[in-house]
Amino acid sequence: MILPLTIQDVSFEIGGIRLIKDLNCTLEAGPRTMILGANGAGKSLFLRLCHGLIRPTTGRVLWQGAKGRDPADAQAMVFQRPVMLRRSVAANVDYALKLRGMAAAERRAAVEDALGHTGLRRLADNPARVLSVGEQQKLALARAWALQPEVLFLDEPTASLDPAATHAVEQIINAIDAAGTRIVMTTHDLGQARRLGDEVMFLNRGRLLEKALAERFFSEPENDLAQAFLKGELLWWQRGRDNLKRNPPKQRRQ
Amino acid sequence: MTDFSDAFGAALGLVLGFDADLAEIVGLSLRVSFLAVAIATAVGLPVGAAIALYRFPGRAALLVAMNALMGLPPVVVGLIVYLTLSRAGPLGVFGLLFTPAAMIFAQMLLVTPIIAALTRQVIEDLWVEYEEQLRSLGAGPGRAVPALLWDGRYSLLTAVLAGFGRASAEVGAVMIVGGNIDHVTRVMTTAIALEVSKGDLALALGLGIVLMALSLGVNGAAFALKEAAERRLG
Repeated sequence: MILPLTIQDVSFEIGGIRLIKDLNCTLEAGPRTMILGANGAGKSLFLRLCHGLIRPTTGRVLWQGAKGRDPADAQAMVFQRPVMLRRSVAANVDYALKLRGMAAAERRAAVEDALGHTGLRRLADNPARVLSVGEQQKLALARAWALQPEVLFLDEPTASLDPAATHAVEQIINAIDAAGTRIVMTTHDLGQARRLGDEVMFLNRGRLLEKALAERFFSEPENDLAQAFLKGELLWWQRGRDNLKRNPPKQRRQ
Repeated sequence: MTDFSDAFGAALGLVLGFDADLAEIVGLSLRVSFLAVAIATAVGLPVGAAIALYRFPGRAALLVAMNALMGLPPVVVGLIVYLTLSRAGPLGVFGLLFTPAAMIFAQMLLVTPIIAALTRQVIEDLWVEYEEQLRSLGAGPGRAVPALLWDGRYSLLTAVLAGFGRASAEVGAVMIVGGNIDHVTRVMTTAIALEVSKGDLALALGLGIVLMALSLGVNGAAFALKEAAERRLG
């Protein structure tokens, strides 16, 4: 187990603009984490920092259980828009396993297995790029499944899918969770977060404002911005600005 | 005008009658250009892909140089290869000047920058799309190169064809390093130049027709292949 994952004072900036600010948290083995927040809150950046696709400008991302092992080997990520190689469905899964160094003989069975679990077996020999977006996302999940990661990051996996495809993808995520993979996922969809989440992290403008059990977060969120976000107030972030006007921080008055 | 139509008629006669001289010249042209392009492809694809994926000091200068070399004048390449391969030159001991090998070498120098520069563009565009996914799967630039070359294969075919077009059409380099020796180093373009200056328009036009047909045929076939594959594979 590479978990728990500790994010220690992590900031990330591009061109002097701080996009993730002093983020601290620990992800333990077990619960499924849903990361919520508006566009630009830093949800996707947070996932990429955890997964190691980008390096924090300051602070550390620590896989406490890695013990000398490369933590990247025990993770996988599914992106909002799946990227498929120009080869067959089965070959796409096979390629991922080959990169992890699995022997050819074992790969056959693993590919079969992953395609079976995601309902793609009948499409195994089809070129991956001509699948529908929903099928491609299933294939992305099959590819992640085949890797049997300890942690799976999902970046808005259903953002461009219709309800039927969303349902199918959620079922696969449930199955991957049941097989023992730790799910960390961003979503826009509060209903989805309710359906899939055990734990919620609420991000706003690069800051982690609340991390709580899902039940508790949805019934009585502590942070006032989170309250407004859950109520679906369209200009909910202005509450923060109004607060600032009423009680300006001390440095600004000088 | 009758001269022209007579010449055209004679040219068609040569082409359709598989004239031996004509066939020999066409055969040598194809051999030289195909081999030059094959070597240039073997070098240009990996080099272009590597430049696309790696960041290193001097990369910008290399890109500018590579793009500039795409327009390298064939006569200049011919001159450089001539100086290199002539008896007094650094590779003079091999006695390659005025042989098909010298022509292959010169055309390879002409074509490699074209293939490398176009490959760089294709692979860089693909990498933008694939980078996060491939890195997530555990493939850094080094391991990504074969996958990217394979996924870009239809676009890269165009790069190779551009190289072939350049090689088969140029006259300056092969003229200087080959010398246009009958039955030894005479290729289509040098033969056309010679026959025109001699006034034998029939052979010149016949060779011109073959050269055009070849170019059209190769590009047409490649286009059809690319279209079919993209429709099937997405």
